[in-house]
Amino acid sequence: MEKKEKDFYERLEQKGVTRRDFMKYCTFMTATLGLNASFVSKVADVFAAPKERPPVIWLNFAECTGCAEGFLRSTYPWIDEIVLELINLEYQETIMAAAGHQAEESLKAAVKKHKGKFICITEGAIGTKYDGAYGKIGGRTFLDVANSVIPHAAATIALGSCASFGGIQAAKPNPGGFKGVGEALNVKTINIPGCPPNPVNLVGTIVNYLLLGKLPQLDAAGRPLFAYGRTIHDQCTRRGHFEAGEFVMEFGSKDAEKGWCLYTLGCRGPMTYNNCPTAKFNDGTSWPVQAGHPCIGCSEPNFWDAMSPFYEAM
Amino acid sequence: MGKRIVIDPITRIEGHLRIEVEVADGKVVNAWSSGQLFRGIEMILQGRDPRDAHHFVQRSCGVCTYVHALSSVRAVEDAVGVKIPENARLIRNLMHGAQYQHDHIVHFYHLHALDWVDIVSALKADPAATSKLTDNVSNSPWGGSNYYRNVQARLSTFVESGQLGPFQNAYWGHSAYKLPPEANLMAAAHYLEALRLQAKAARMHAVFGGKNPHPQSLVVGGVTSVADLSPERLAEFMYIWKETQEFIKNVYVPDLLAVASFYKDWGGIGGTTNFLSWGDFPQTDKEPDSHFLPRGFIKKRDLAKPLDADQQKVTEHVARGWYEKGDPKHPFEGETKPAHGEYQPDDGKYTWFKAPRYDGASCEVGPLARVLVAYSKGHKEVKATVDSVAKQLDIPVTALFSTLGRTAARGIETLVIGQQMEGWMNELIANVSKGDKKVYQRWEMPDEAMGYGLNDVPRGALGHWIKIKDKKIENYQYVVPSTWNLGPRCAEGTLGPVEEALIGTPVADPKQPLEVLRTVHSFDPCIACGIHVIDPHTNEVYKIRAT
Ligand code: SF4
Ligand code: SF4
Repeated sequence: MEKKEKDFYERLEQKGVTRRDFMKYCTFMTATLGLNASFVSKVADVFAAPKERPPVIWLNFAECTGCAEGFLRSTYPWIDEIVLELINLEYQETIMAAAGHQAEESLKAAVKKHKGKFICITEGAIGTKYDGAYGKIGGRTFLDVANSVIPHAAATIALGSCASFGGIQAAKPNPGGFKGVGEALNVKTINIPGCPPNPVNLVGTIVNYLLLGKLPQLDAAGRPLFAYGRTIHDQCTRRGHFEAGEFVMEFGSKDAEKGWCLYTLGCRGPMTYNNCPTAKFNDGTSWPVQAGHPCIGCSEPNFWDAMSPFYEAM
Repeated sequence: MGKRIVIDPITRIEGHLRIEVEVADGKVVNAWSSGQLFRGIEMILQGRDPRDAHHFVQRSCGVCTYVHALSSVRAVEDAVGVKIPENARLIRNLMHGAQYQHDHIVHFYHLHALDWVDIVSALKADPAATSKLTDNVSNSPWGGSNYYRNVQARLSTFVESGQLGPFQNAYWGHSAYKLPPEANLMAAAHYLEALRLQAKAARMHAVFGGKNPHPQSLVVGGVTSVADLSPERLAEFMYIWKETQEFIKNVYVPDLLAVASFYKDWGGIGGTTNFLSWGDFPQTDKEPDSHFLPRGFIKKRDLAKPLDADQQKVTEHVARGWYEKGDPKHPFEGETKPAHGEYQPDDGKYTWFKAPRYDGASCEVGPLARVLVAYSKGHKEVKATVDSVAKQLDIPVTALFSTLGRTAARGIETLVIGQQMEGWMNELIANVSKGDKKVYQRWEMPDEAMGYGLNDVPRGALGHWIKIKDKKIENYQYVVPSTWNLGPRCAEGTLGPVEEALIGTPVADPKQPLEVLRTVHSFDPCIACGIHVIDPHTNEVYKIRAT
């Protein structure tokens, strides 16, 4: 075993994570990614000791930072491992120590140094009206910042529904002319929508890249098929009740307690592609339908308009 | 005239903020706070179903997740006249309490600590001495020289890789960093432990809310997670709460006191004048009388005479923000008419923030305001904790009017609210074991109505105001903590709280204005929700480079 790898397992053990737990996670990740079992050990290698941490530049535009917060909730691997040992997070405004000019310099230097090699993760939508003058960083418009970084990236991940499709600020009447990053810049992005998305799907995409040297297969909306290949409805634990015609008619009712289907209260699971029922959120704790609330379709393009009013059945 | 310094972007906050200060003789003599982002959520809400509003406004901020949704359902419930069941109130209190626990830990370690803690100096620490220091100041479950040797090795591998990521290009080695290497190493280790702890603490939201950020179990009339009122789920919540509480008691608060003891001079820097709290955590359906944290207003630092706070006295001023001219208005009458202009901090408009005023006064909101209001009203738990912190740090209570006080108040209330959560859990468990699982009250949408929801959320006083017409949203306005704290001057020229707090802040090196960051971060700025509308035409921002 390489020294780095040995250190890695020692560290894991110190934290009370056995090698077995870790392999279990790698199996879960391998399955999430839709790879066959022979990849489990390679996935483990990726987490244990990437040869060189791949550079990542994270840009925040018009957003609520919920996507970055979601990323901070990653548990396997933990966020400190991702930042210290898995990737080389060159620029991330929410956590970085530097500010002002020093922060701007970091961004410029990182783009120059890793030209053509870094992954750009974008969070938030870009205003396109009035030459993109709706939001600024260091006096430059979002559009300007995006244009100075994204064309030099090896790949750009649009994290969250805002970056993917425009998100909430693009809802009618879209006062700022907001668009998803791909559309605003006319570039191809890997979209990981959700409001916010499950960090598992971002980590999965990065692992896929480290492992196979390429990005995962995408659907027509630019979403990785491993996560967005099936509807919520198809994977939902309440599906049996749907088939049996057992519907909840009021929140908090006996039928709600029994876990009947939420279709009648507005559930958008049948038209929403995502893996929430299987991946679940926050280390597998739950997901909205499990908490008794209908799916609002947050990973679909334009869901704020297309899926609302949320409490009316489709 | 002094030297102008612009810091843009301010990092380690939510949103896009620009701070400009004027420095003369090593001190800030003038300051301007300016935000830059258009999202327009209030306009987007018009004409929509009032039941949907909470989903939209929750996306105002992903850091202070949950709280806007909570204010929103409260506003609609006030308008339509529905009283929620006791269990719904308890679950909401527990989730809101969980948000405080999570949010304040993240703020202290991940958004604020690097202003006080020099990570690079930690590499020089002696692990054995660090271990001893930790044992002296805290009950941290992590320790021993091996533990610190490992943390140090991990940090130096990281530093030696040359890929410094989020830690590069900061103000390391700055003369204003006062901690010895061992204290820096202890804090750095806890920075990493807290990264994990916060991910665990967020699971409290997932238990009753399906996920975090942006839990999804609130509805107008109550909550939806009735199936999660099972013994296993309640135990799961308690377990996570307990682990979080232990961290707060044994690590966060001791770290706070340890770090603060090196920075006592900051007990005289960064203070403001007036403090407003709407209060929160209703313990019966009598609001605000039953609030665990009380509502109140402190004028001119007079702790002997806390005043009542009434939402009717809130107005928003637009004199120095990029909006059309208009008289100060109450949020029910609020309108948002952007009017472009140049960045003119000296005599013109310079920000997209409006300037909220309470009874005409500029007010600080947030942990310090809440703690001061509670303290002045003789709140038992808050008073005891404040007095013990003041004693341990050997500072007078008046030193709380400061940057240090603001940061200390955050720790104080995290502890106090966390302890109170136990009682709410017990009440909930008692109800459930009696067979009472009612979490939702049926209600009907009137054709016309108006209402408001007032909360006090981790960053401060939050209010949502809604007008319903033909069962649809006619007008929706919200006045959020960061608008109170980061707002500009009003027509009379009174500075906003952050601007006021910055005056007098020492700046040792204008190229590295670390001290300015300390005071700005002590407010825990969170910008995206602060500005609801920004006009696009203004691209004419001039920028004075630090020289
Ligand atoms: S996608 Fe949702 S969670 Fe992410 S930034 Fe946009 S509004 Fe926030
Ligand atoms: S709850 Fe929603 S996703 Fe689940 S079965 Fe019913 S309609 Fe489908």
